[in-house]
Amino acid sequence: MRDLPGLPSRRTFLKASAASAAVAGVAAVSMPAEAAAPAPTPLTEYKPDCLKPTEWAFVMAAVARLIPSDGDGPGAIETRVPVFIDKQLAGDFGKASDWYMVGPYEPAASPLRGWQTPLNPLEIYQQAIPVFDDWCKATHGKIFAELDAATQDKALTSLQKDEMKIKPELREFFGILLANTKEGYFADPMYGGNHGMAAWKYIGFPGARGSYKEWVGKHNVKYPLGPVSISGERG
Amino acid sequence: MARTEKKKDVVLVGFGWTGAIMGIELANEGLEVLALERGHDQATVPDFQYPEMIDELKYGIRYGMMEKPANTTVTIRRSLDETALPYRSLGTFLLGTGVGGAGTHWNGLNWRPMQSEYHLKSYVTEKFGAGVMTEDMTIQNYPVTYDELEPFFDRFEKVAGISGQAGNVKGKIVEGGNPFEAPRSDDYPMPAMPSTWDGVKFRDAAKAAGYHPFPSPGGIASKDYVNEYNMQMGPCNHCGFCERYGCYNYSKSSPQTAIIDALKRKKNFEYRVNSEVLRVEKAADGKTVTGVTYFDHKTGEEVFQPADLVILTAFALNNVHLMLVSGIGQPYDPVTNEGVVGRNYAYQITGGYTLFFKDENFNPFIGTGANGFCIDDFGIDNIDFAKEGFIGGAYWRAGQTNGQPGHTMALPAGTPSWGAGWKKGIGEWYGHSMNIGAHGSVMSYRGHYLDLDPTYKDRHGRPMMRMTYNWHPNEIRQTQFMKSKMEPLAKSMNPTTLQEGFKKEGAMFDVRPYQTTHNTGGTVTGSDPKTSVLNRYLQSWDCHNLFVMGANVFPQNTQYNPTGMVGGLAYWAVHHIRKDYLPNPRPLV
Ligand SMILES: Cc1cc2nc3c(=O)[nH]c(=O)nc-3n(C[C@H](O)[C@H](O)[C@H](O)COP(=O)(O)OP(=O)(O)OC[C@H]3O[C@@H](n4cnc5c(N)ncnc54)[C@H](O)[C@@H]3O)c2cc1C
Ligand code: SF4
Repeated sequence: MRDLPGLPSRRTFLKASAASAAVAGVAAVSMPAEAAAPAPTPLTEYKPDCLKPTEWAFVMAAVARLIPSDGDGPGAIETRVPVFIDKQLAGDFGKASDWYMVGPYEPAASPLRGWQTPLNPLEIYQQAIPVFDDWCKATHGKIFAELDAATQDKALTSLQKDEMKIKPELREFFGILLANTKEGYFADPMYGGNHGMAAWKYIGFPGARGSYKEWVGKHNVKYPLGPVSISGERG
Repeated sequence: MARTEKKKDVVLVGFGWTGAIMGIELANEGLEVLALERGHDQATVPDFQYPEMIDELKYGIRYGMMEKPANTTVTIRRSLDETALPYRSLGTFLLGTGVGGAGTHWNGLNWRPMQSEYHLKSYVTEKFGAGVMTEDMTIQNYPVTYDELEPFFDRFEKVAGISGQAGNVKGKIVEGGNPFEAPRSDDYPMPAMPSTWDGVKFRDAAKAAGYHPFPSPGGIASKDYVNEYNMQMGPCNHCGFCERYGCYNYSKSSPQTAIIDALKRKKNFEYRVNSEVLRVEKAADGKTVTGVTYFDHKTGEEVFQPADLVILTAFALNNVHLMLVSGIGQPYDPVTNEGVVGRNYAYQITGGYTLFFKDENFNPFIGTGANGFCIDDFGIDNIDFAKEGFIGGAYWRAGQTNGQPGHTMALPAGTPSWGAGWKKGIGEWYGHSMNIGAHGSVMSYRGHYLDLDPTYKDRHGRPMMRMTYNWHPNEIRQTQFMKSKMEPLAKSMNPTTLQEGFKKEGAMFDVRPYQTTHNTGGTVTGSDPKTSVLNRYLQSWDCHNLFVMGANVFPQNTQYNPTGMVGGLAYWAVHHIRKDYLPNPRPLV
């Protein structure tokens, strides 16, 4: 079957459902009393809180390259990073509610001087995605989500190196896209990503255990327990 | 229209570490004391409870406990001819808010400065000659000696509940402690905390190299403990969510665990939250202050709060801003080198090595804010400034504080920042690295200062404070010296690979990565009103019923984290307020 444009490959989805089945399987064996968590809405059917369809398609395609599904460890798609990004952009982070957002602005100031664009993160996604898609079309013939994986990697590298000379107001785009992707991968699952605590299991982070008094003196011995989440998932 | 509240004996501006200390000591004196806190109320239960508190995204990455720049921030420039720009989103330093202030989410590393640091200018000029100072350097002596402060350091350590291993008790060197520390009258109130593997590896390597490792001193309870206010601490869980978080376990020393619950029981003490002080009000003759005006965020109105005694306890940067907007003391002018308020702003310079060990397990999520071992062999007292060509020093430490993967993920240089290579890298290297850090002093200079910004205003329409600061060649030489000494030590540990992170010549101040919240100076203490804002009792030279606490009183930054000194100075000052000032209010010097 051909992969659908703008969506991760079918193989990824199969891997994703296999991963959640595995999670459910483990839960069923070790904690029979606990009801299996209802399967989450497939990403293809997820109704974003703030991202428009083209933006959602871009985020799905981009995070699938930033943290790909092949190789060891889960990818951004199986861990539902796009859901995390949508929710963050719809909330205080997207609106820059905590930040000082009063002019005058100097968006072209040295990057060392921090966030200096008048745009908030949501506005940056909204304005940068079409700019980047246009660039992909002009340079590679198709919008980002429709490119093959190798060309997508090339395009993201160009974006990271700012080869397209994006206007300074949008300069933070690649930086926040990558940061948000990693945040969604590693944050507590209650924020929508890190589904099944899969990223924590992969690297060996015990999540919200937060109590290691008897382990301090066990030097150079690998900690044996899997993660727990804030809402009480056990892995 | 401003409302006027009933007069108090004492009003404290801010209710963090210094506010809590002043509050309990002056309430114990029987005075009517009011603390005004701009932020919300918070207590261990329910605000720091497990498991909600140990949420990396909310607190570690989105800074849920910190003052929001939308509410308060500064503008920053690197030189006099640059236009300052607002520090719009948090990075290099994090300001606390709410009851307990930054004292709730600090790391707890607790120090007394080294002996030369109290009289640095005399030490430098007498020992090495004034020629070793750069021409723009404005360092000066504290107007108070270590011996005078010693009982108050001891007091703060016992109130806060510091764990550690003494190295010098009354001049007797104690094996296993820091042999270079200034002589202390007593041991730490609690034994040192046990260390994780990284700290122990560092300790062994440092010992083998002939250095003098000792356990990091910290406000992290190693056992059950009760302080003089009858406040209890319980032993720490090494939860790995210490810095940037409130402690769910009554183990981190904080204003809450050490003082505030005892203080709340006193009938003559009151605190009001969501009460943001806008300015200190001067009397018509300018020789005293009459109280403060604050903004009541609940009612949306300005309130005048009269008081006989006003004490600024609002954290270093906020204290300086309040002095500037209240017009107390002459603002500093770097061109003429005249004026005092805002003068001698300084910061902290840090650098270090990350060591990767393919086959070793560090379990980085096991940690405390003050974990591990330190050395002071390259401390400021131990450096020949004439030979090395800089003034300063650093303490080194290895001790993991957290393994939260969203903001603490060390990867070997060359690992891609995304894609398959990144994912492979985190799988291979998470949990297999450790860090050695150098925490260095920063001198004060003519061009580094705080004043009011000409353009940007805060939400109350007050000019924001403007910070002019950059890395100075003296500190770059210091940190490069630390690198040259740390490299052979790090290599002696035989890591699979290692990488350095020290600032190099030409490094510009970068506001994005977190560095430290060790902002110092701006209202320094001194013996001459021409070069200081406060006398030796931290009393304003201009208005005798105004006292100012915090690291803003440091004439230059020390090589250590500031709070041990901030706490010691607060106990010193309040002792003299009680003993000398209250019986006869007047300029004490
Ligand atoms: C992440 C982090 C880690 C740190 N780690 C260490 C460490 O390991 N060791 C160390 O020595 N130090 C450390 N520090 C610094 C330490 O927290 C401070 O030195 C200490 O808290 C200073 O005490 P303070 O009373 O001056 O300020 P705070 O404890 O911050 O209290 C000031 C209070 O005043 C309030 N306030 C401010 N302005 C106003 C106003 N206008 N009106 C009313 N209220 C106001 C604030 O909201 C706050 O509650 C750290 C700081 C941070 C942020
Ligand atoms: S590491 Fe210890 S002191 Fe720090 S927050 Fe955790 S339990 Fe509290």
